[in-house]
Amino acid sequence: MTMHQFIAFASQIALAAGEEGATEGGHEALVPGITDGPLVEWAWLIVVLPIIAAFVITLWGRRMPLKGWEAAWGAIGFVAVYGTVLFIVNATQGIVYEGTVEIAQIGDMTLEWGWMVDGLSIMMYFLVGVVGFLVFTYAKSYMKGDVRFTWFFASFSLFAGGMLVLVSAPNLIQLIVGWELVGVTSYLLIAHYWEDFANVDAGNKAFMVNKVADAALFLGAIIMAVSVGSFSFNDIIDVVVHGEEGMLSQYAFWAGLLIFIGAMGKSAQFPLHVWLPDAMAGPTPVSALMHAATMVTAGVYLLGRLFPFYIDEAAMFAGDVRNIIIIIGGLTLFLTGFLAIVQKDIKKVLAYSTVSQLGYMVAAMGAGAYTAGLFHLFTHAFFKGLLFLGAGSVIHAVHSNNMSDMGGLRRKMPITFWTFIAGTLALIGIFPLAGFFSKDEILASIKYAGGNGQDVANFILILGIAGAFVTAFYMTRLVALTFFGEYKGHATPHESPRMMTYPLIGLAFFAVTAGWVNFPGVYTGFTTWLATRVPLIGMGDHHAEGLDWALVLTVSPVVIAGAAIGWWIYGKDRDTQAERDAFRIPVLWPLFDNLYYIDDFYTSAIVRPTMGPIAKVVLWWDMYVVDGIVNGVGLGSIGIAKAIRTVDENVVDGLYNEVGAGVDGLGSSLRLSFTGRIQQYAAFSFIGVVVIAVLFIIL
Amino acid sequence: MTIIQFIIVGAALFSMGLYGVITRKNAVLILASVELMLAAVNINMVAFDRYLQDQLHSGQIFALFIIALAAAEVGIGIAIILMIYRNRQSADVDELNLMKG
Repeated sequence: MTMHQFIAFASQIALAAGEEGATEGGHEALVPGITDGPLVEWAWLIVVLPIIAAFVITLWGRRMPLKGWEAAWGAIGFVAVYGTVLFIVNATQGIVYEGTVEIAQIGDMTLEWGWMVDGLSIMMYFLVGVVGFLVFTYAKSYMKGDVRFTWFFASFSLFAGGMLVLVSAPNLIQLIVGWELVGVTSYLLIAHYWEDFANVDAGNKAFMVNKVADAALFLGAIIMAVSVGSFSFNDIIDVVVHGEEGMLSQYAFWAGLLIFIGAMGKSAQFPLHVWLPDAMAGPTPVSALMHAATMVTAGVYLLGRLFPFYIDEAAMFAGDVRNIIIIIGGLTLFLTGFLAIVQKDIKKVLAYSTVSQLGYMVAAMGAGAYTAGLFHLFTHAFFKGLLFLGAGSVIHAVHSNNMSDMGGLRRKMPITFWTFIAGTLALIGIFPLAGFFSKDEILASIKYAGGNGQDVANFILILGIAGAFVTAFYMTRLVALTFFGEYKGHATPHESPRMMTYPLIGLAFFAVTAGWVNFPGVYTGFTTWLATRVPLIGMGDHHAEGLDWALVLTVSPVVIAGAAIGWWIYGKDRDTQAERDAFRIPVLWPLFDNLYYIDDFYTSAIVRPTMGPIAKVVLWWDMYVVDGIVNGVGLGSIGIAKAIRTVDENVVDGLYNEVGAGVDGLGSSLRLSFTGRIQQYAAFSFIGVVVIAVLFIIL
Repeated sequence: MTIIQFIIVGAALFSMGLYGVITRKNAVLILASVELMLAAVNINMVAFDRYLQDQLHSGQIFALFIIALAAAEVGIGIAIILMIYRNRQSADVDELNLMKG
C-alpha cells in the first residue's frame, strides 16, 4: 500500500470512526497534520543510533576519555531530543507516518524493516528517550569504578535500542526482533555482576520465563500472519476494521490468547511475574529503565498496538480474550501488591509494586480502555523510574539493599527524600500527582466496562480499589523504614552527587505534572495524541466526560486509609527486625513471605524434573548418540584423510616431480646451444629465415 | 634497365653485409656490414617503387625512413661499442660471451 492510498484509506476510516464515535461515546480520531517530510522520514535515526552506539562502545569504548559512557549518553540524548520534538509536534499537529524498507521477498510475503511514527510510538520514543536520558546520566555516577563500566553502557545502549526497535515496528517480525533483543540484553544486564552465581541465576530465570511466553507469542504471530497473509500491523488491523470473515476471524481467539501470553511474559503478569523481582539483581539504573520505560511496558504496548483486534467492534475477533486479560490483570495487581508488603529488600518492594502497576495497565486493556492503560504506562514510567533511582541513591549511600540497614535518611539525604516522597505520592495516587489521574482513569474505565456488559469487570473494580489500598500501605512502609526513625546501618550516609540528584529532580517534575495532560473534564490532550495511529482509526474506547466523583470519593479515602494504617504500624521506630515485623497475620504472612509458593512450585514441578530425569536422558542421548555420531564422523574423516594423503604423496607428487625432472633435462640439453656468441645467433636466425622463405616458395 | 638488375645489386649487397655481420670479429666492421644490408634494402625499396608505379611513392618514403633509422642506429651502436672498448680495451665480439647459457 503506497502512502497516498494509505492516507486515503485512513481518512475514510477516520470519518467512519467519527460517525460511530458520536453514538458510542468514543473519541474522534485526530486528523493528522503531518504525513511526510524530513521530521518523520529521518525518525529511523532514533532506532539506529543507540544500536550503533552500542557497537562503537564495544569496539572502542575503552579508549574513549569517559570509557564509552559519552557515546551511550549522546545517543540516548539524541533520542530524548528527537522524541520530545516528535511528541510536541504530535501534540500540536498530529503525526501519522509509516516508513518501510523492503529487505526480502519470500513467496507472496514481503519482509520489511520500518519505523512507525504515530501517537503510540511517539509516546514510547518520548518515554524511552527522556527516562533513558535521565537514567544514563544517573548511571555514570552510580556505576563509577565498576569493573565492566564500558561493557555495561554498551549493553545498556543496546537494551534501549532493542526497545526502540520494538516500538517502531510496523510488523510482527520486527516487533519480535526487538522483543528478543530486549530479552537478551536484559539477560546481560541482570547478570551484570556475574561473579555472584545468584545473579547469573536471576538472569537465567528472566530469560527462560520470558522464553516460555515468547514461544506463545511466536505461535500467535504465526497464526495471525498466516491468516492475514501479512505480518504488517496495518494489514491485520485493516482486516479487523472491515470485519472480514475468514481465517483470522476463525482463529482469532487462539491468536489473541497466545499473543497475550507473550505480553504476559514481558509485562510480568501473574503467574509469569516471577522473573521480575529477581531481575533486581542487576545494577539499579537497569532496574529503573527496565521497570519504567522499557521491557515491561512492551507487553502493554503490544496490546495497545493490536488494540482494535482485542476491542473487536465487529464481535468476531478476540473480544472474548479481553475477559481473560482483565482477570489476569486484576489478579496480578491484587496478588503481587501483598508480596510487596513483606519484602525486606527496598528494590524488591518496588519490583512487586511494578508488577502490581503493570496489572493495572493490563486490566485496563482488558476493560477495553486503550487510553487509560497507556496513560498509566506513561505516568508510571516517570514515577517508578524516579522511585528506583531514589532507591539506588539510598543504596549507594548505605551500601545495602536491606531496609533494616536504613532508617532516618530524610535529614541526611534531603533531595533523595523529597523526590522520593513525590514519587510515592504519585504512585499511590494522591491528587494532583500523576498517578492519581492515570489510576483513576483505569478504575473509571473498568467501572464503565462493568456497567456495559463485561460482568467480570465489576469484580476487578473491587480488586483495583483494594490494590490501591495495598499500594498506599506498602509504599508508606517503605518510606517509613527507609527515611524515618533512627539510622541502623553501618556506613556513613551522605547525599548523592549532583549527577545523581539532578535526574531525580527531573523525574520528580514529570511525576508531579505528567498526569495533567489527561485531566478528565479539563484537558484531555493525551487522548487525542494517542489517537493518531497507523492505521488512523477510532479506538472505540470509553472516555469519561469528567472525574467520576463517586469513584474518586471512594478511592482517595481508601488510599489515605492505607497510608495511615501503614504509618500507624511502621511509622514508630523499632530497633530489631523481629519488632519491625510484629505485624503478621498468621496464615497470610507465610503465604506472602513464600511468594504464594509459585517459585517453589516452578522449582519442584518444572525445574527439578527438567534437571533430574530429563537432564539424565538428555545427557545419555548426548554422550552416546550425539557423541557417537560426532566421533564416527571424526574417525571416518581421519580414514578418508589418510587415503587422500597416500594418493597425494604417490600419484600427485610423483606427477609433479616427473614433470619437473623432464623440464630440467630439456633445459640442460638446450643450454649447450646458448654459446653467448651473437654472430652465431645471427647466423642461426638467418638460416631460420631462409628455411621459412624456402617453405613459402615450395608451398 | 630492368628490375632484375636492381634486385641482383640489392641481393649482392645484402649477402656481402650478411657475410660481414656473421664473420667479422671487430664490432665496428659488423656495424658497417649492417649498413650495407640496410643499403641493399633501400635499393630494393626504391626499385620496386618505380616498378610498381606506386602513386603514393611509399617505397621511396620508406627508404627515407630507413636512412634516418640507420643514422640513429649507428649513433647508438658506436656509443655502445665505445663503452665496451673503454671497459674491456677491445672491441672483439668473440670475447663478449656473457650471454653464454
